[in-house]
Amino acid sequence: MLAIEHADLAIAENEFVTLVGRSGCGKSTLLRLMAGLVPCTTGRITVGDRLVEGPSRDVGLMFQRPALMPWRTVIDNVLLPADFLGLDRRATRIEAERLLALVGLEGFEGRRPWELSGGMQQRVALCRSLVYRPRVLLMDEPFAALDALTREEMSLELQRIWIEHRITIVFVTHSIAEAVILSDRVVVITPRPGRISRVIDVPVPRPRSFSGGADIEAITHANDEVRQLLYAPREEIGSVA
Amino acid sequence: MSTQSGHPEGEDFVGATVEQPTPAAAVVPGRRRTGRRLVSWGAPAATVLALLVLWHLATVIFDWPVWLVPTPFDVAQSLWDYRGLLPEQFWITFLETIAGFGLAVVIGIPVAVAIASSRLLERSIYPILLGLNAVPKIAIAPILILWMGFGYAPKIVVSFLLCAFPIVISTATGLKSTPAELVELSRSLCASRSSLFVRVRFPAAMPQIFVGLKVAISLAVIGAVIGEFVGSSGGLGWVIVNTNANLNTPLAFAAMVLLGVMSVGLFYALVLLEKLFVPWAEHMQDD
Repeated sequence: MLAIEHADLAIAENEFVTLVGRSGCGKSTLLRLMAGLVPCTTGRITVGDRLVEGPSRDVGLMFQRPALMPWRTVIDNVLLPADFLGLDRRATRIEAERLLALVGLEGFEGRRPWELSGGMQQRVALCRSLVYRPRVLLMDEPFAALDALTREEMSLELQRIWIEHRITIVFVTHSIAEAVILSDRVVVITPRPGRISRVIDVPVPRPRSFSGGADIEAITHANDEVRQLLYAPREEIGSVA
Repeated sequence: MSTQSGHPEGEDFVGATVEQPTPAAAVVPGRRRTGRRLVSWGAPAATVLALLVLWHLATVIFDWPVWLVPTPFDVAQSLWDYRGLLPEQFWITFLETIAGFGLAVVIGIPVAVAIASSRLLERSIYPILLGLNAVPKIAIAPILILWMGFGYAPKIVVSFLLCAFPIVISTATGLKSTPAELVELSRSLCASRSSLFVRVRFPAAMPQIFVGLKVAISLAVIGAVIGEFVGSSGGLGWVIVNTNANLNTPLAFAAMVLLGVMSVGLFYALVLLEKLFVPWAEHMQDD
């Protein structure tokens, strides 16, 4: 079956791009293609000037579930990439501790994942995907399993970290508000087969907030535009594309 | 506003009042803890006691002769009378059990690894395994004794044959059911097949492996006894076979009690090992 039909997308370095679309529209497949976990049948994906042919240390991945290993402590979970990629464990540990402190998990290094709340676990997962400094971070609905309040908190925290670290992020979500708050550009994908319907710029300075603040108009406008594309009947989208 | 007019004590109406904890309420957690401990030790003890009482009553009511069904007191008496013989035989059966179980772990886990790592190996090994498991061990035992003599070896082999199967099956199942995200995550970090196995698949399978070990340990005891039944000069199985000849039924019961104690003790030893080395077993789901 054809999962994705038409997806031409150039993402700038250090850009924050979000893919939104209904369930089964191929967002996750697109992410897995970029991660090199699934091979492309046609077309090609490049990171920098390297063709993606398999997993690489340039590209990190984060899922809806934290995917922490219960047999490892928090700090050892964050250090997992060092073990797999053969990085210097001591240098990575310093970075891991810094990141854990950055997300407010100082002092939790020796704890086990199950002692942490869902939001804290996902913060650990975030540290793990940043610790080896991949050039691109792919996030597949990372906050979807959290409660609504924690979810907003985490979005703002991600924004803060992204402002400080400037890394290229490709983010998948179902939440329009989350997409607009976080992204430089929102890519709307329509299903069967998955195709990019339109790319919407969000020209709002950061840090942004869910209440909109001074830029409430621009944010509301972007929200509406994304929503219209997502809810529009298929034929109409076809004519737009 | 309208609710307040209807209910003068508005906060009571929405149920937002918090009762001050009374001193009695503060005592509850401690009391509850001792209560729980009482239940976890008291309940099994009470059950055993009740069964012993029922057993004794049955022998009294039906007036069974001691060589048919001894009373619990006859069995206790026998345990005491044979206090020189029984520990020695217990030790023999125990060693055969541990050796058979150990062999099953040492051979079973690598076989499970082979099954889990290759579809071809799985297809070729599984039917043989199922076939071997279907053969009644009581039928193999005499042949093993023919081959290996009356020593420990055939008992260890029967014990091994009986308990290897659940270890292989549960280990293979555990190795093949690694959470998908853990595998994808590791692959995205360029994990090699071997490091994925050592760092992810194997630890993730540990809870499942322990399920197999716990099933296997009681089968290991049974295997050793089957071996002893068929031909031996020692062990609790040998004791039981010999009591048949002179109708010393209380001694047979005493030997069975000891087999039960061995089985239960080994099982809980495994539970303890699991708690020590796989403390996250119960948290595998909510990672």
